[in-house]
Amino acid sequence: MYNFFFFEVPEHLPFLLKGALVTIELSLISMVLGTALGFFLAIGRLSSRRLLRLPMDIFVEIMRDTPLIVQLLLIYFSLPEAGIVLSAFWAGIAGLTLNLAAYLSEVFRAAISAVDPGQKAAAISLGMSPVAVYRRVVIPQAGLAALPTLGGYFIALLKDCSLVSFISVNELLRHATIVISDTFDSMNTYIMVAIIYFVMSFVSARIIRHIEVRLAPTNRRGTISVPLTMDKEGAR
Amino acid sequence: MTSFSPSSPVLLVRQLRKSFRGAPVLKSVDLAIHQGEIACLIGPSGAGKSTILRCINFLERPDSGEITFFGERLCSEDGNIFHIAPERTLQHARARMPMVFQHFNLFSHRTVIGNVMEGQMVVLHRNRDEARDRARACLARVGMLERAEFYPDQLSGGQKQRVAIARALAMSPALILFDEPTSALDPALVQEVQGVMRDLSAEGMTMLIVTHDMRLVKSIATTIHFCADGHIAESGSPALLFGDTAPSRIQSFMDAAAH
Ligand SMILES: Nc1ncnc2c1ncn2[C@@H]1O[C@H](COP(=O)(O)OP(=O)(O)O)[C@@H](O)[C@H]1O
Ligand SMILES: [Mg+2]
Repeated sequence: MYNFFFFEVPEHLPFLLKGALVTIELSLISMVLGTALGFFLAIGRLSSRRLLRLPMDIFVEIMRDTPLIVQLLLIYFSLPEAGIVLSAFWAGIAGLTLNLAAYLSEVFRAAISAVDPGQKAAAISLGMSPVAVYRRVVIPQAGLAALPTLGGYFIALLKDCSLVSFISVNELLRHATIVISDTFDSMNTYIMVAIIYFVMSFVSARIIRHIEVRLAPTNRRGTISVPLTMDKEGAR
Repeated sequence: MTSFSPSSPVLLVRQLRKSFRGAPVLKSVDLAIHQGEIACLIGPSGAGKSTILRCINFLERPDSGEITFFGERLCSEDGNIFHIAPERTLQHARARMPMVFQHFNLFSHRTVIGNVMEGQMVVLHRNRDEARDRARACLARVGMLERAEFYPDQLSGGQKQRVAIARALAMSPALILFDEPTSALDPALVQEVQGVMRDLSAEGMTMLIVTHDMRLVKSIATTIHFCADGHIAESGSPALLFGDTAPSRIQSFMDAAAH
């Protein structure tokens, strides 16, 4: 019975990997959309206008206080009754995106609030408009500060994607279920699935770490090809 | 916009008032700064010196009074109505009177030269090459050109403050505001910043300097304003205020500041 892992599962590996590809697609699309939406939520929630803030606060609170799986089920099975029909894949994207955006809005809000007020004052005192202060000083710094946390949320998202198998999206876990119904070998299939998830998370974590290091201000020095002061001295 | 003649003050402040949560901090401040003048604003902690600077460039919103900069009213009283110029006008004025802060406040995500180019490109809409050339010239003036590609956290306090001064200079300012530029520095580093400020004064830059650094005051002030309890209590030339005939409260302040 334990020989299965070596004889039968490899046969199904391409099918599992096809599922893994969908998992990666789901994660990447949701991450991009969730980051953008989370960012706008953060800005809105930092606004001094209550009318803008309140609905966003309520949305975030609801998303954070209900399980993701329930949100997914609602979007896929209940929204059609209200006339909004989404394919399983896009229902999955919608649920993952909205959920992630809620959490990321908290991350961005904290990062934006933590930007040094002295640097904001310096930007204002140079004559920058409030929008310019945001674009040139606040957002770049908040973005850098939020990056490690963002990376952590991406790994979590990759794993949360398994929940969309419940709304019949053909991702990794659902493909595993199909393999098991065929081979009746749950142990080896699930071990294989765990290994695939591990590799995806591990590799993502390395890539994210690499990006973090590259973007840290002091490390960017290496990317400047010719120091500005050198060309003059070199000419002498 | 009103006319501006060379003999009018660059900056004129009249009856400026400001309270924080009902507590009056500025109780009618009057101040005039002329072209080429180095005005030093001294006085005990909590007297309102920083608040005066921050109201002048509208980092704080004054409660009432009149501020005229280069002939342009930034705020004024019209009957009983206090009027502040539109945000655009304020931004334009700020760019011409940039501020140097006690804690430098350099943009930590930008290199030294990036810090000095930022305001030029974003506010003055100079193109990148123009801004870089001017930034290099300003950095050379403060002796920081070799550090152009460093990030602020790789610099000493004195170097950071020199970069902050270059950042202000790059705006082609009519007036530079300084809020205790040497107070956060190690004693050994005070000299290099003082030196840069002395160079600027020799070149005729108009400056308004809040400071506790009496060596700096003695070496560059053309006018001294003594601020106490939300007023400018005394104003005069250094000889007048630091001489034997100085008002007693300035003498006692000086004695306290001396050690
Ligand atoms: N943003 C603020 N909110 C409340 N009180 C303030 C604020 N800024 C300054 N103050 C108060 O105003 C007074 C003058 O402060 P400041 O102008 O910083 O004095 P100085 O620079 O002369 O030491 C102090 O009592 C200070 O506590
Ligand atoms: Mg102060």
